[in-house]
Amino acid sequence: MPDLLIELLSEEIPARMQERAAEDLRRLMTDGLVEAGLTYSHAQAHATPRRLTLAIEGLTERSRPMREERKGPRTDAPPQAIEGFLRATGLTLDRLERRAEKKGEVYFAVIERPGREAAEIVAEVLGRTIRDFPWPKSMRWGTGSLRWVRPLQSILCLLVRDSGPEVVPFEIGGLVAANTTRGHRFHAPQGFSVTSFEDYEARLRRAHVLLRAGERMERIRHDATTLAFARGLEIVDDDGLLREIAGLVEWPVVLMGAIEDEFLSLPPEVLRTSMKEHQKFLSARNPATGRIEGFVTVANIEAPDGGATILEGNRRVLRARLSDARFFWENDLRVARAGMQEWKEGLRHVTFHNRLGSQWDRVERLCVLSREIAPHVGADPDLAAQAAEVAKLDLRSAMVGEFPELQGLMGRYYAEAAGLPPEVAAAAADHYSPLGPSDDVPAAPVSVAVALADRIDMLTGFWAIDEKPTGSKDPFALRRAALGVVRLLTANGLRMALQPLFGARLPQPVAADLLAFLHDRLKVHLRERGIRHDVIDACLAMPGADDLTLLVRRAEALAAFLKTDDGTNLVQLYKRTANILTQAEERDGVEYSFGADARFAEAAEEHALFAALDAEEPAIRAAMAREDFATAMAALTRLRGPIDAFFEAVQVNADNAMIRRNRLNLLSRIRMLCLSVADLSRIEG
Amino acid sequence: MATLPRSFQEIILRLQTYWAQAGCAILQPYDMEVGAGTFHPATTLRALGTRPWAAAYVQPSRRPTDGRYGENPNRLQHYYQYQVLIKPSPPDLQDLYLGSLEAIGIDLHLHDIRFVEDDWESPTLGAWGLGWEVWCDGMEVSQFTYFQQVGGHDCHPVSGELTYGLERLAMYVLGVEHVMEMPFNDPGAPIPLTYGDVFRQTEEEYSRHNFDAADTERLLRHFEDAEAECRALLAAEETDPRTGRRIVMAHPAYDQCIKASHLFNLLDARGVISVTERQAYIGRVRALAKLCADAFVRTEAGGWTGEAA
Repeated sequence: MPDLLIELLSEEIPARMQERAAEDLRRLMTDGLVEAGLTYSHAQAHATPRRLTLAIEGLTERSRPMREERKGPRTDAPPQAIEGFLRATGLTLDRLERRAEKKGEVYFAVIERPGREAAEIVAEVLGRTIRDFPWPKSMRWGTGSLRWVRPLQSILCLLVRDSGPEVVPFEIGGLVAANTTRGHRFHAPQGFSVTSFEDYEARLRRAHVLLRAGERMERIRHDATTLAFARGLEIVDDDGLLREIAGLVEWPVVLMGAIEDEFLSLPPEVLRTSMKEHQKFLSARNPATGRIEGFVTVANIEAPDGGATILEGNRRVLRARLSDARFFWENDLRVARAGMQEWKEGLRHVTFHNRLGSQWDRVERLCVLSREIAPHVGADPDLAAQAAEVAKLDLRSAMVGEFPELQGLMGRYYAEAAGLPPEVAAAAADHYSPLGPSDDVPAAPVSVAVALADRIDMLTGFWAIDEKPTGSKDPFALRRAALGVVRLLTANGLRMALQPLFGARLPQPVAADLLAFLHDRLKVHLRERGIRHDVIDACLAMPGADDLTLLVRRAEALAAFLKTDDGTNLVQLYKRTANILTQAEERDGVEYSFGADARFAEAAEEHALFAALDAEEPAIRAAMAREDFATAMAALTRLRGPIDAFFEAVQVNADNAMIRRNRLNLLSRIRMLCLSVADLSRIEG
Repeated sequence: MATLPRSFQEIILRLQTYWAQAGCAILQPYDMEVGAGTFHPATTLRALGTRPWAAAYVQPSRRPTDGRYGENPNRLQHYYQYQVLIKPSPPDLQDLYLGSLEAIGIDLHLHDIRFVEDDWESPTLGAWGLGWEVWCDGMEVSQFTYFQQVGGHDCHPVSGELTYGLERLAMYVLGVEHVMEMPFNDPGAPIPLTYGDVFRQTEEEYSRHNFDAADTERLLRHFEDAEAECRALLAAEETDPRTGRRIVMAHPAYDQCIKASHLFNLLDARGVISVTERQAYIGRVRALAKLCADAFVRTEAGGWTGEAA
């Protein structure tokens, strides 16, 4: 069975698109081939800055012939119906078969599709793949109308059999498939022919092209680490950057240089970001000091001078970039030391949202909120308000203007430079965390206060103007903000009722809607930690559900409780209790909620249940009062035996009305006790 | 390339010679203030329509906000771009471009040349294209773009556009750290001149003008005049009453569009345009560019062949 080799050589493909493009090529081609009736045993795709390559092993020589029968209209059907059937099948009337069926004679179309040669199918599928390729952005060039990510230069398309390779006849946009390709743009620009995938990859390597992105990445990683090690440095991990660099070179040549002394005083984050964003340099760090002291650039060529000219050029560019960065840094420090007044003014002129005022309006809201939140999170209210006032100021700094990803980090440096308390400086950096679901959550009280204020202001603000997330649309990242509130509160075990904060800023129904939104986020968050939604529902029905930490503790205790045999049985007993009561209450039109008296108890099991309730009820109430849910639930489980025994031995609906009423009131005691812990009726199963 | 260039002007001359030999018409700079070589009608307008085109030229360009009183080693409010536009883009445009680097003394085996994704968009011209910034040893030396749309019109055929930032490129080739120290003519000439000898004073004068002195009310009035004039010229009857010929005034109208664009840049440098207004101004210039493009494709140079087309 033949192998198939395809290479699409083009002008430089954007690094960020290569990996996906290789995968799309593999998927579209193999899907198309299979759909056309071919099979294959293995397919792999690769990308370099200039080529997409697909190698398929064990492709079948021909597609199997196919026979398809389609039932048509009755032979006495109206002519339009018969014509429609002819159109759909592409046959003429004399080619249709007439078959007798129960309801009369019916036309049948028998369509025979002979098997087709692999080459024919490959050409057809490749044409479709190229024309429909899902590039994020594509373009036309010259006079043609074909679209590709950048001009397509040549196509290699070979079917390789034991008898030798054969070019698949294929033409698109004026390009004719051949058995040739070209090597590295500068090292080996001349064309050469190949006979198989192995031959292709080996010849490319001789022509200074490493076909596999993984191999290019590993070479860069290895060489960079070695070079850094020789200088006593270590490479700062950055897989994303490494991958991008591997998409910019066909033949990586790693070169290392030192950062000039005059720039070593810049914050390491600034050095890293400037080098990464502008130059795609890896950073080399001194493990002893944490300072960035070296840079690694990856060239695409082995220069005869060992890369000295390239390194010198890169050093000059870096010098210009870092001079800019140092200019920003020194300017910003001056503003910071002068009290950052300039930045405060600046924020007045930046719109946060046209219905929510300027950035400065928002800062003022954050100050109020932070002060309000501070006592609940153990922060000094004055410090929290001060931190909120400076937390966003770095948005106006030149450095953050240049590198938005340094927001917060620069804020800390500038707050320190302004001589502000360390808690305030830390909050400037940390109040943005957590961003993602797995980010670290700040723990310092002042940082937490500002972080909560930041998110609660977002949520109440956008709820107030009815800009809530819908479906997949969440332009202001409010789900992330809500999850942030959940994590900040629960990870730090902070007790704070949200309702008063929301209620002071929103009309009651809107505040309730926002709280429900937070509860939804909490459910998602807890589900990922293995707590079922019905467990949370059972706890949501309890008072204090706007205190997320309390809610989580209750849910965790309940989840643990439900994992025990006693727990699941108790839920069943509770449901039985509740059912009996509900039925009786419906029938009698009263609520049984008071007055079970042990004096009317008859059976020993009934006495035992009274005794057990008398014993456990105070324990449960006391435990609940100190929010010790585990103890309360443990006490609850001790009731399982007595309740079980009671149901075994005692008929609740006794003939004697007074005894019956006493027993129902006894069940009511159980119900109320259970409900004081959680709404067990919400538990499924 | 055997010899290295010795001056800024030698680099320009070598590019002129190279692209002349490659078959381009060597045009002269457009005689108006523009922000980039792309604004020259030889690029903006000629990228439209079906007629083949090949032109290269130096274009003095002005970016008022980039003025630094002649002090910054790399930033200037007035600088030169070298611009090449070929329609349809030839299949070997990358090789042609690399040849031009060799022509100015860049040894392609000694340097690291890379084509790094950079999609070009001009909101004021309603134009975009795909291409790269070209890096030489980590420094951006050119912009390479396949025009897809100009003035809201699809480009067909597609033009290939090359833009060289001449000062930066020359500083690199000549090994100069501060632009003002770069030799403008040959350092061995009887009267050797540096870039600073030619431009330091003007950088200072224009920086003051751009940032503080230009009268914003007059600028605003001029902007509105240019806008009105552009629209009026394009609204005129296509048949010229004097000659009886069909004469669409695409170029005179486009001049007014260029003027409006530069006046906007000056207003921006004066700091009188707020963030929200900015978008509105850009939209107004873009609307003019679009009208000019619409008009140009109704001219002979724009491929107009009569009402039927």
